[in-house]
Amino acid sequence: MTAAEPKIQIQGVTKTFATGRAPALAEVDLDVAERELVCILGPSGCGKSTLLNIVAGFLAPTTGTVRVDGRVVTGPAPERGVVFQEYALFPWLTVTGNVEFGPRLQARPADERRRTVDRYLDLVGLRAHADKFPAQLSGGMKQRVAIARALANNPAVILMDEPFGALDAQTREVLQDELSKIQRVEHKTILFVTHSIREAVYLADRVVVMTSVPGRIRQIFPIKLPEIRDRFAPEFTQYEADITRMVKEEVAKVHE
Amino acid sequence: MRTAATLLGALLAWAAFTAVNARVELVNPVLLPTPVQVGQVALDLGASGELARHVLTSLWRVVQGFGLAAVAALALGVLVGLCVPLRHMTEPVIEFVRPIPPLAFLPMFLVWFGLGEASKVAFIGYTTFFPMFVAIAASVLRVDVVLLRAAASLGASRADLVRRVMLPAALPGIVVALRVGVGLALFVIVGAEFMGADAGLGHLIMEGRTFFNPPQIVMGALVLGLLGSLVNVLLLAAERRLLGQRAAA
Repeated sequence: MTAAEPKIQIQGVTKTFATGRAPALAEVDLDVAERELVCILGPSGCGKSTLLNIVAGFLAPTTGTVRVDGRVVTGPAPERGVVFQEYALFPWLTVTGNVEFGPRLQARPADERRRTVDRYLDLVGLRAHADKFPAQLSGGMKQRVAIARALANNPAVILMDEPFGALDAQTREVLQDELSKIQRVEHKTILFVTHSIREAVYLADRVVVMTSVPGRIRQIFPIKLPEIRDRFAPEFTQYEADITRMVKEEVAKVHE
Repeated sequence: MRTAATLLGALLAWAAFTAVNARVELVNPVLLPTPVQVGQVALDLGASGELARHVLTSLWRVVQGFGLAAVAALALGVLVGLCVPLRHMTEPVIEFVRPIPPLAFLPMFLVWFGLGEASKVAFIGYTTFFPMFVAIAASVLRVDVVLLRAAASLGASRADLVRRVMLPAALPGIVVALRVGVGLALFVIVGAEFMGADAGLGHLIMEGRTFFNPPQIVMGALVLGLLGSLVNVLLLAAERRLLGQRAAA
């Protein structure tokens, strides 16, 4: 693998759910580099979650291919960790049980699993809650566990489908801060779907704005801001304004 | 404590009513056994070991019939819950057979399996199988697809998905299905023992009718009630132990 080869390569991906119906996705091409965090932004129903599900391997594209590390995606695999909006924690397992689910599947030895669990629970600040069950946690804590679970499996890329969408505004910003902090330590390749412009500008190296139905890429904004971002800096709000204008146009098209 | 008080109250009301009835003869007192008469029958049968024999006979039939049905319902329910074509094939038949009152088939079971143990066990098995099977298949089917996706993206194989996600996720539904099955088994054992049985609580009740011994009929019924509530309490405790911590997710 050459250094320039993209980590995720989306080529000519389209998706039509029923023959005769309008396609949900029309010709999407996108490369994500190693250690890059790319946010996909667009009006609801633009197919951004569909695209993520195709990369995850949950859906097959109608045409086109997705490659991760050069290998064509044909189904879900542990190289692609997923964080879901609805957390998707296993309610019968403790926090520890959830985080070590992947390592357990790979039959890692117990002491190694314990070190892995400790490390990632520390990273998301939940070490003290290791023995709790998901039902005993708040939404923000649940999503932290889900992030730790994805990281503990050491995937090549992480796919996040509106992960903070179900959280209240304050918790949401706290988790954005934490993800940004984690990313400064872990340097994962992350594809992140959101409908929050602020969230995208805060987290992303590049923001991909999608068009409304059928979804295709309208424009890509490289975010040239420092690693640690200030949501009130003039440059930040400038990006927000530019992207907002474009998204508004797309939303308006849906209502025409 | 409150349960005990309520039960004692009901017993006193029964004693008072029969005592008054013995004087004013609202109904023929012979037809309305008093608690003392019922207690006397229980003591007599208990002392001779007869009562224990009937109870154990009934319970053993319930255990066998329910056990067979539970194993079958679990295996087939999980299979049908997992396999869509199988579900489409079996669903119409099941939906047709299920509403037929099981007792309607009891004579058939006597014809097929004779008057011995086999017909009772088979009848309990048949009665409890369908509700358990349908409930287990439904709880496997209801497993959240997002949990399956999460596990698959963590590296779970198809076998892992069944063993590590489907079964634990469906467990609360499966446990409820089994509890309903046991209750139902205790319910229909009486009917199965009304015909062609020489032991069991149903037989004891029928004997009370044949020899005109109302206290024995009432005692049989009360013992059944006692067994049913006892089993239910035990099963609820087991269920709480098994599922307690995950609570409502």
